[in-house]
Amino acid sequence: MSHSAGHAPGSAVAELDNHLEMQFDDAEQQKETSSFGMWVFLVTEVMFFGGLFMAYLVYRSQYPQAFAIGSSQLNFKLGTANTVVLIFSSLTMALAVRAAQLGQKKALVWLLIATMILGAAFLGFKGIEYHEHILEGHVPGANFRYDTPGVSFAVAKEVVLFNILYFCMTGLHAFHMIVGLGLMLWLVIKAQKGAFTPAYNTPVELIGLYWHFVDLVWIYLYPLLYLIDRYHK
Amino acid sequence: MSSQHILPRRTYFLVFLALEVLTVVTALVASIDLGAANTVVALCIAVTKSTLVVLFFMHVKYSSKMTKLTVILGVFWLMILLGMTMTDYVSRLWSTVR
Repeated sequence: MSHSAGHAPGSAVAELDNHLEMQFDDAEQQKETSSFGMWVFLVTEVMFFGGLFMAYLVYRSQYPQAFAIGSSQLNFKLGTANTVVLIFSSLTMALAVRAAQLGQKKALVWLLIATMILGAAFLGFKGIEYHEHILEGHVPGANFRYDTPGVSFAVAKEVVLFNILYFCMTGLHAFHMIVGLGLMLWLVIKAQKGAFTPAYNTPVELIGLYWHFVDLVWIYLYPLLYLIDRYHK
Repeated sequence: MSSQHILPRRTYFLVFLALEVLTVVTALVASIDLGAANTVVALCIAVTKSTLVVLFFMHVKYSSKMTKLTVILGVFWLMILLGMTMTDYVSRLWSTVR
């Protein structure tokens, strides 16, 4: 990794252009360190969501019937549409990272904006779904409807568990998306000023990793929440 | 160590296409009664999709060994959480079924 050559005194300006901090041998090592740090953070995120997936697994194995009922009360069409939208946003993000690597400023800005629009669309659809849940009395709490036709009170109490997990998991996921949109807004402003070059584009790459992670979580949430025993319908 | 590995645009579009096709497949398969296999199929498709995202969109296929190891460790640790907890819950049922 470390070349003995070091840096000529006159290259201080060049180093500033590459955002090279003094503790690193070269830009490559710095980038690798940043990337590793981001991956360690994402692993902690896996464990963060992992706790919820763990709770889901335990309760679904205990109350399979209630989970199937809870799942059937979700809006399958919006859930599927959102999956398509979010994967599309991952494509635009991946292309944005590529544009940053190639130093294509205009493409980078527009691809980031496209990603933000798709992310906002996802949150909009999610908002419509949440609104439906409120109207239909599927939100756990005082207004939860226990008198759904064909569902006994005992099972309805188990359905509440599904809905609690549904709101915790999709809520935490939506929160991550909102954070992601904020980060991308910052990227757009920086990119507009020409901050990212083929030599320095680490923030775009790392926020890209974050956005793909959010997509990954949804790839599991979609079948686990929306697709339980759908063939009964 | 090629963190600056630039993939051709075609690769991203192909991965995207595969992800969307798999989404449609998983939605359609869910409406066919396969019994317990429905969940298995849905999860297999989800694992395939997430592998594609990690390898290509997140560039892990072209990343350093340390990054690859970090990803594998993340999955491994999650499996410890899920696997060891479920050995408890599954075996608890054995004593009540009898």
